[in-house]
Amino acid sequence: MYKILEREDLVPGIHLFKMAAPAVAAKAQAGQFVVVRIDERGERIPLTIADWDKDEGTVTIVFMEVGATTARLALLEKGDAIADFVGPLGVPAEIDNYGTVVCVAGGVGAAPVAPVARALKDAGNKIITILGARSQDLLFWEDVLKGVSDRLIVTTDDGSYGRKGVVTGPLKELLESGDKIDRVVAIGPVVMMKFCSLTTAPFGVKTIVSLNPIMVDGTGMCGCCRVSVDGETKFACVDGPDFDGHKVDWELLAARQRIYIDEEKCAYEEWRKSHAA
Amino acid sequence: MAKLNLNRVEMPRQDPRKRGKNFNEVALGYSPEQAQEEAGRCIQCKKRNCVAGCPVEVDIPDFIQAIRDGDMPEAVRILKSKNALPGICGRVCPQESQCEETCTLAKKEAPIAIGRLERFVADWERGNVPQAASSPPARPRPSGKKVAVVGSGPAGLTAAADLARLGHGVTIFEALHVAGGVLMYGIPEFRLPKEIVQAEVEFVASLGARIELDSVVGKLATLDEILANGYDAVFLGTGAGLPMFLNINGENLNGIYSANEFLTRVNLMKAYKFPEYDTPVKVGKKVAVVGGGNVAMDSARCALRLGADDVYIIYRRSEVELPARREEVENAQEEGIQFKLLTNPKQFLGNEQNWVVGAECYEMELGEPDDSGRRRPVVKKGSEFVIDVDEVIVALGTRPNPLIASTTVGLETTKYGTVVADEETGKTVKDKVWAGGDIVTGSTTVISAMGAGKRAAASIDEYLRG
Repeated sequence: MYKILEREDLVPGIHLFKMAAPAVAAKAQAGQFVVVRIDERGERIPLTIADWDKDEGTVTIVFMEVGATTARLALLEKGDAIADFVGPLGVPAEIDNYGTVVCVAGGVGAAPVAPVARALKDAGNKIITILGARSQDLLFWEDVLKGVSDRLIVTTDDGSYGRKGVVTGPLKELLESGDKIDRVVAIGPVVMMKFCSLTTAPFGVKTIVSLNPIMVDGTGMCGCCRVSVDGETKFACVDGPDFDGHKVDWELLAARQRIYIDEEKCAYEEWRKSHAA
Repeated sequence: MAKLNLNRVEMPRQDPRKRGKNFNEVALGYSPEQAQEEAGRCIQCKKRNCVAGCPVEVDIPDFIQAIRDGDMPEAVRILKSKNALPGICGRVCPQESQCEETCTLAKKEAPIAIGRLERFVADWERGNVPQAASSPPARPRPSGKKVAVVGSGPAGLTAAADLARLGHGVTIFEALHVAGGVLMYGIPEFRLPKEIVQAEVEFVASLGARIELDSVVGKLATLDEILANGYDAVFLGTGAGLPMFLNINGENLNGIYSANEFLTRVNLMKAYKFPEYDTPVKVGKKVAVVGGGNVAMDSARCALRLGADDVYIIYRRSEVELPARREEVENAQEEGIQFKLLTNPKQFLGNEQNWVVGAECYEMELGEPDDSGRRRPVVKKGSEFVIDVDEVIVALGTRPNPLIASTTVGLETTKYGTVVADEETGKTVKDKVWAGGDIVTGSTTVISAMGAGKRAAASIDEYLRG
């Protein structure tokens, strides 16, 4: 069992757990993920590592309530434990001194972007971070990202905070400004990563996206998470989760995310009924 | 000489019409009377051909004699002294090509039903000896040596059991959340109840093996780090867990599974109990399973039980070449699985929502024998036709997961990703590292993996005793 040492409700529907997982903490690197299972009946879901502390033996995850499993997870309190916490999985993010890197975080993507931005900054890059959320009340980790960025631009869809609009607006401006941008890292919802990649493509700036398709084991065993990159089938769990955004087949990814839409609804309903009772 | 009894006692099975709708075990096992009757047919040959046919060298005539004498505890003792997993082997070993093939009575086409008797003994123990009373055998004097076993499938469990019995300190590292490997995620409940697997895993643990779950070696500690952390030897038994695909058009459409994914969802994650269990699985009405091995049969029979109306096995050769056990093919046929033989997919067709709606196939014919000695399937030109399907399960076989080989210095692998190891001892070219089972041979059978685990354990023991 893996104990929840700290719990923080970042914004409505998005929660942070600091987990006791010394073995995972000892090996974690930016860009990797863990597979979590709550209990005997639970499904295995992948969550990107948001932070870790080798000395403390802790790993931090941030998740959004989107279905039955994440809703059940959100009910757990500090001191509770979950059955399984497997990792660190996936290939770590490529870290090098590229020059200037724009990190784009959309919604819950703010959490996984943070360690990547930090590692890139430590490697000597100038970091410009664009943090986007639907509205101010869904915005979190502005301070964390500010701490690992040379410049931070915040956008909200409704203009309730920062610039009004979506993240691709400032991204396009940065690319058009004539300043040299050497690399873009985009982490967030599929549609946001897709449009970031479409925005950077005409400028020829390498754009890394972190894909989070449906997984089961997370170790290359099942092929559930297969994605098409440059016409080749890859397993996001072992070949990724990071891929070149210009080469990802976004239509396929979006379609595969919808495989279990009916079952997800059914499970959420079942959970709501039993939870209400 | 007494007259030979050539009437093999049949084992009762669930009615095919009923069992196609439930996940309960198909074969029901012998009653004590049936077991004694079958045991009574054994002629106790001087030359023990059956033992020679068993990869783990169970003293078959001795445990059969004990059944005949009605001394079940003695039968258990004899069996488990060589085989830590008898309930599993009695169910999934291909006895017809091993001990039963070499049985003297096989010449009369009535070999002793050794597998059924093995299963009977294991089940008798589980039913009659309460856990407290079935105290593990006395622990030997500790050798002071530590062995890491990577993977808790049949090879790893067998190696761990033997090494623990020899007094070595054994730790098993398992990547998944339960021990058992393919016995848990691959083979379905109706062929191998998970309760039986877990009981036998517990037996291995009772011998002194420690089991670390959720431990992905190569991602957590690497093999080299394990060796540096005080382990004197390592046995690699991580199997062949990487699914192969056809690499044809449309294979990433929604509704197309690898057999590994489909079976993992159904067996390991218990998707057949969704939504009581959280993991879902899609249930098609017309399901095509591509492949002809045991995994293909398992997938087809699971799809049927989940509620499919039509389940097809699509196999490119003919019935005689089907690699699955004869018994499993017959079970599948009885349950109504439809065999589309000499058929091979060309591509999969999808609808606008990216869901699979058809498998376009070629008709095949058999040509000259290929490297495997089987006649090569050849495409009949212009024979394309479409089978309407809404789910496809690709069961073409598996290869070893590259994770460990790619994170370990000095391990030799083949172009198929298998680890090179001595056939007799399992020793790899890397110091202190042995390997056995599917990681060495590619996907084969539970018992051959167990045999490899057993031989490697003996070799590791010899090395540790120097």
